[in-house]
Amino acid sequence: MIPSPSASQEKIVSLRNLRFSYEGGVEALRDLNLDIRKGEYIAIVGGNGSGKTTLAKCMNGLLRPSGGSVHVKGTDARKMTVPELAKVVGYAFQNPDHQLFCSTVDEEVRFGPRNLGYSESDAARKAERAIEAMNLKELRQKPPLSLRLGERRRVSIASVMAMDPEVLLLDEPTTGLDMEESEMLMKKLHALNSEGRTVVLITHDMRLVSEHAKRVVMMSEGRIMLDSDPRGAFSDLELLRRCKLEPPAVTRLAHALRNKGVPYDVISPEELVFHLVRGEVK
Amino acid sequence: MRPLELRDVAFTYTGSSNKALDGVSLDIEKGEFVTLLGANGSGKSTICLLCNGLIPHATSGRLEGSAKVFGLEVANHTVSEFATRVGIVFQEPESQLFCMSVEEEVAFGPENLAVPREELRERVEWALELVGLKGYNARSPFSLSGGEKQRVAIAAALSMRPDMLVLDEPAYALDPLGRKELYSVLGELRRKHGVTVLLAERDAEDVASFSDRVALVSKGRIVEIAPPRSALRDPDRLRMLGVRPPQVSEIASRLNARVGSQKYSFLTVEEAEETIVRDVIGRGNAGR
Repeated sequence: MIPSPSASQEKIVSLRNLRFSYEGGVEALRDLNLDIRKGEYIAIVGGNGSGKTTLAKCMNGLLRPSGGSVHVKGTDARKMTVPELAKVVGYAFQNPDHQLFCSTVDEEVRFGPRNLGYSESDAARKAERAIEAMNLKELRQKPPLSLRLGERRRVSIASVMAMDPEVLLLDEPTTGLDMEESEMLMKKLHALNSEGRTVVLITHDMRLVSEHAKRVVMMSEGRIMLDSDPRGAFSDLELLRRCKLEPPAVTRLAHALRNKGVPYDVISPEELVFHLVRGEVK
Repeated sequence: MRPLELRDVAFTYTGSSNKALDGVSLDIEKGEFVTLLGANGSGKSTICLLCNGLIPHATSGRLEGSAKVFGLEVANHTVSEFATRVGIVFQEPESQLFCMSVEEEVAFGPENLAVPREELRERVEWALELVGLKGYNARSPFSLSGGEKQRVAIAAALSMRPDMLVLDEPAYALDPLGRKELYSVLGELRRKHGVTVLLAERDAEDVASFSDRVALVSKGRIVEIAPPRSALRDPDRLRMLGVRPPQVSEIASRLNARVGSQKYSFLTVEEAEETIVRDVIGRGNAGR
């Protein structure tokens, strides 16, 4: 376990021996242990069906674990109400359509803070900030479900941001976003994380992981296979393959050049070219 | 007859004041693999929907110019006339799957064309084998992984024996290995079976390894169409078009900046490795 330098020791979410089985007996989580500390920036990675989304849903009370425990800020999650949990762990669904139901973007983003009991003016203020952050001003009067995928995704993330949760838990937040939208989101998340907000991303995009995450939790078949910084996460190609992952192209290239003296844990093109030209490579 | 021939095509969706396509000309030759690369809203999907007549027949709007698919002007022919020639696969496989078993799903199209039972079975087996899902016949499509579902959707399109396959960001929800598998299946289809492929993608990574030509799409226009080595060469330009450049292009461009020439361009990690071992490491170091 490598807590990020900026992270404190305060555990926000603590999972112990967590198990979850779907009806019909499919075991999605098997005896999983994980601590998330305040201020961390974590990427949860793994193939389709590895249990990432199930894990996320156990963290904010959408799913009741079949065994083990979830503690949120030291309290057993079973003893917390849904709004209490939502104030700490804000979850944006993988499929934004599972979350959108209001008739305008404005209403949608305002719904969360209203539902948490904030006054109308506070809710409006929080919603406004989130709408600005996700660049949705021009779409505010549109019905969310009429928007294209990337826009619906931004609305779903804004609705979560508007609740000001201590942990932003975003499930595949850049799926459907193009480069600009994705960079805008990452910039915003970076800023929030610098202010001490905890960010947990579930993602398939290994370049995103290498560029942004400080800690990588790698899953396969309901278990955590590796918990490391991104460099460590991309150094074991065999483990990555078993987890249905592949490191970014630059890391693959560094691995291929390993016996030429290139460090194999390179995670950016800058770094690789630096090693190639500075003369240490044989 | 060319699979696709677009001449100065413009399309405006009803209720929109902007042209989704604004003067697009594009020829695709038989057996070619062409990738449309562009940001969200650039017009990629609109081009895909033109290929089987869903535009203008199922989506209202104003179509200008000439759009011919296998020689037929799309505006003058129905979607069903293109059904046996053009197979289309969308972003979300769930939006396309509805049967209880993989076999029914893949058989659905040709069954509706009253293909005889024996041939139907052959087609299903053929299509499942092509996408690497042999033996999945009795499985429920909904029990499959995202990558497998998307391959069922492709098999369902293939069982119609189309002459052209059109795919709109088929890998968008797949894990990295699922994406790789899918693209190697598409590459095989084109290499071994001569299927013409038109693919819309937002992510330039890996596109070079299977595309004959890459069309850079921006704001309803094709700003360049060229073999990947040329289309994907300049990372700054790709960024300007809203496309994240492949990392191998970034590496080549940084090496070029070092040596003050344009000598390096990499299409794949393998090619980059080979060149770097030979040229950069073999001859001392770049920039020396």
